[in-house]
Amino acid sequence: MLGVAALAFFAIVFFRLWFLQVLSGDQYLAEANQNRTRDIRVEAPRGQIFDRNGDLLVDNRSSWQVRVDQREWGIGLTKERQLLRFNNPAFEPVLARLSKALDEPESRLKEKMRDSLLQEPFANAVVAEDVKYASVVKISENSEDYPDVDVSQTFERGYPRDKLAAHLFGYVREISEKQLKSGDFEGARQGDRVGQDGLEAEYDRYLRGRSGVQRIEVDVTDRSRRELPGRAPKTGDSLRLTIDRSVQRVGEAAIARGSSGIPTHGSAFVAMDVNTGEIHGLGSYPNFDPSVFTGVLKPSEYKRISSKANGTPIVNRAVASGYAPGSTFKPITSIATLSAGLVTPNEVIADNGVFEFGGREWINAGKVPNGPVNLVSAMRVSSDIYYYIMGMRAYRKGDQLLQKWASRLGIGRSPAIDLPYSAPGQVSNPKAIKSIEKRDYNIGDNMNAAVGQGATLVSPLQMALAYAAIGNGGYVVTPHLGKRIDNARGQAIQDIEQPARRRVSVSPVYAKQILQGLHEAAQAPGGTSYDVFSDFPVKIAGKTGTAEVFGKEDQSWYVALAPYPNPRYVVAVTVEQGGFGAEAAAPAARQILAKLLRVEGSDVWKPGKSQDQ
Amino acid sequence: MPTADIPAQNIDRTGVAAGVKRFRADMAGVGVRGFDWSLLAAAIGLSLVSLYVLNGATRDDIAGAPDYYVLRQGVFVTVGLGLMFAFSRIDYTRLREYRNELYAFLVLSNFAVLILGTVSRGSQSWIDIGFFRFQPSEIGKVLMIVVLAAFVSDRLRDRSATGSIVIPVLGLVSVPFVLVFLQPDLGTALVYGAITLAILFIAGIPWQQMTAILAVLVVIVTGVLWAAPAAGVNILQDYQVARLTAFIDPEADSAGHGYQQNQAQIAIGAGQRVGRGVEASTQTQLNFLPEHHTDFVFAVIGESYGFAGAALVLTLYALLLWRALRILASARDQFGALIATGVVAMLMFQIFENVGMNVGIMPITGVTLPFLSYGGASMLATFIALGLLQSVAMRSRGDGSLGL
Repeated sequence: MLGVAALAFFAIVFFRLWFLQVLSGDQYLAEANQNRTRDIRVEAPRGQIFDRNGDLLVDNRSSWQVRVDQREWGIGLTKERQLLRFNNPAFEPVLARLSKALDEPESRLKEKMRDSLLQEPFANAVVAEDVKYASVVKISENSEDYPDVDVSQTFERGYPRDKLAAHLFGYVREISEKQLKSGDFEGARQGDRVGQDGLEAEYDRYLRGRSGVQRIEVDVTDRSRRELPGRAPKTGDSLRLTIDRSVQRVGEAAIARGSSGIPTHGSAFVAMDVNTGEIHGLGSYPNFDPSVFTGVLKPSEYKRISSKANGTPIVNRAVASGYAPGSTFKPITSIATLSAGLVTPNEVIADNGVFEFGGREWINAGKVPNGPVNLVSAMRVSSDIYYYIMGMRAYRKGDQLLQKWASRLGIGRSPAIDLPYSAPGQVSNPKAIKSIEKRDYNIGDNMNAAVGQGATLVSPLQMALAYAAIGNGGYVVTPHLGKRIDNARGQAIQDIEQPARRRVSVSPVYAKQILQGLHEAAQAPGGTSYDVFSDFPVKIAGKTGTAEVFGKEDQSWYVALAPYPNPRYVVAVTVEQGGFGAEAAAPAARQILAKLLRVEGSDVWKPGKSQDQ
Repeated sequence: MPTADIPAQNIDRTGVAAGVKRFRADMAGVGVRGFDWSLLAAAIGLSLVSLYVLNGATRDDIAGAPDYYVLRQGVFVTVGLGLMFAFSRIDYTRLREYRNELYAFLVLSNFAVLILGTVSRGSQSWIDIGFFRFQPSEIGKVLMIVVLAAFVSDRLRDRSATGSIVIPVLGLVSVPFVLVFLQPDLGTALVYGAITLAILFIAGIPWQQMTAILAVLVVIVTGVLWAAPAAGVNILQDYQVARLTAFIDPEADSAGHGYQQNQAQIAIGAGQRVGRGVEASTQTQLNFLPEHHTDFVFAVIGESYGFAGAALVLTLYALLLWRALRILASARDQFGALIATGVVAMLMFQIFENVGMNVGIMPITGVTLPFLSYGGASMLATFIALGLLQSVAMRSRGDGSLGL
């Protein structure tokens, strides 16, 4: 009987051993390995960003960071998201020691923890950044005095050109739970930092690289025993931009000048290759220091760069804005009316400076009469009367002719630029008027639309695209900033493919006539920007614009194509409250063109006086 | 068997010289006839496995003393072997006369532990006597076997005695059982219980009484583990209840009470067919496996030497139990058979409880694995028990048939 019991027991134990060791052995082996290894993420430096000539714009700098385990320390935000809770008094002396080791007052450390938690509520709270190496040593060597304190090296973005092109880069931040789940960041793992805006976001999969793993063997008390083979981090690939640093620099300086020495409220420029869509310069003013986004973002800093009172520096006005285009819209009106056969290039229209229609007066700026004008001369002197009549004809033709053509040329749809956001803008249309003015769209609205007023809103980028299409034979290109991906050693890996440009059928005859009108506007006597470009050594075509903005000074515009008659570049400049187009925008465009066309010595600031609209 | 049956009254019990003389006579007379060499081989084999395994598993346990456990275990094995030979020479039949003294010692020593004992791992089961520590509950297992065997065989021989032996036996056992339980050493107390049940069973008590005992046991176990705690009465310590019940689903509480069991299973499973070798046995070497030199030494074998190693150990145990059962069957008298029964019960219970808790099919109680677990008290008690078995074997009927 005892023997039978013994046999049964042996059988059971053998079966159990077989089950554990042979049938489930792999699983238990994996558990045992998981038990003993701790993986520490090793951050990969992000790829660098260069301009089109290989000048460094964004790199990395390493920074020592001190973080504390927020759960152990019992810290957190109050409901008001302001004050720091400090629930575990056991850590008070640790904080005091930290304050001493870091040579910073406790209040500063607490403030940093609060800001850090605001930014990343579930990560370990940052206590100090850019810590001096001496402090790092002090803390690491006495780790038992600093429980649940972690000192680690991280990479932060560095901007060797300071504020240059600040609006383009965006920033980098630890991937959120939601982003991880979204699958938008392929290959990213928890704790990885990914691009959150701008080019950093757009080209994140190249720039990010791959974080490495430091694998250590630990015993049951979590003490490290030895290092196991891990995986080295892989530096991200570099991004080569289409931006030309010198054009960017000149452009940013030019749009910051404002009009006649009065600082501008806000301005923007775009300089683009009309055939390829490569952007050589794209800037917005006011700008900001992109390094405010590295490390823990101070709420006060963020408020400063995003507040309306400061001109919302954070907004990229070149792509994310919507301004009335004023007279710069006129070439679009011409394409529409010419293509629809509502006017011929040679048709002469009497411009007496003023006419009455629909119970109101329609006037040129200052009621100046231009006499009889055809397409070219109307463009040269920027005759409003001519275009009011174009708007009238277009309205009578119906089919929303202006709106249709403007949309074909990219207004009313977001440009497919390689930035996370670009404004779609709109052409003044029945729906928009209905929602703004609570009335039906009438012929007067279309006359206003023909001269770029009314509810029409565009960004400088959109104007650049539309003009580029006129200058390149009818192609709406895909504007882009990314040119090439290089590996970390600087060897080219791949060119960045851009979506094909879109063909718009613009008769070459009309395009040629419009270009001529634009050329005469810039460089023939009587042209609206003749004062600015008369002595410019390269033939160009350019249109001023002065948009009326309710309750504000006029919006100053200039869009130029150069060289004339076979343009290679388009430059669009807009200056909020800059007055007449020739006053603020055209001189800035001149400086940018001088740099683009390498006509050194012609980059003088030369404002004009023309009062077109 | 010329001297084996010298009547007890002829012996000078007080004189040391006489004792030595008597011992010599035993040695000369009995020789090695009936000595079970296979049983010895199994015990030595297991002891060598123990030394081999401890050598690998405990090198880093005490800084600066890599051989601490192996050397001591070596001493225990050597002394144990000596004791085994010595006890095999003693005529077990004479132990019957000392049953009252042995019982008194069993009770008093375990009582002393409660008063004087030093605490080890939540249990107060040691007495520190200067140069060595003494754990009465372990040797108590052997004492318990002898006392019970003597009592039961006496009662069975005494035709005049009427009534069941169950109640008196249980009464006899209950005192040391409770004392050990209070130390608290639940595992060893349960060994006492197993010995008692086996002896009653072999003594041939009516099946109704056996069934009744088992039924009462079931009631007690449920009561202690479930009903009493629910009613707010804690008979067992919380950790004991938790450990006893954690085996049902160790992963449910793998960081808490299921921890040891879970880690032991991981260690054994990770050993796979032939083991990970000593160096790569991370569960053992990095201390994820607790008590790897004592209660969980079987898991160490499973991890380092795999299914092959564990199977070898189990085979040695099978050999051990087979020989012990053979001796039981061939015992010349009821007293000898009951002693063998007690030893078999003790070994069997300890082996299956310990291996069972290592592989996750039995609850965790602090029961050592005979010959393998590190520890002097356990090792010596086991060898003494083996010595008693040999003593029974050497005085057996000699037919050796398994008459069960």
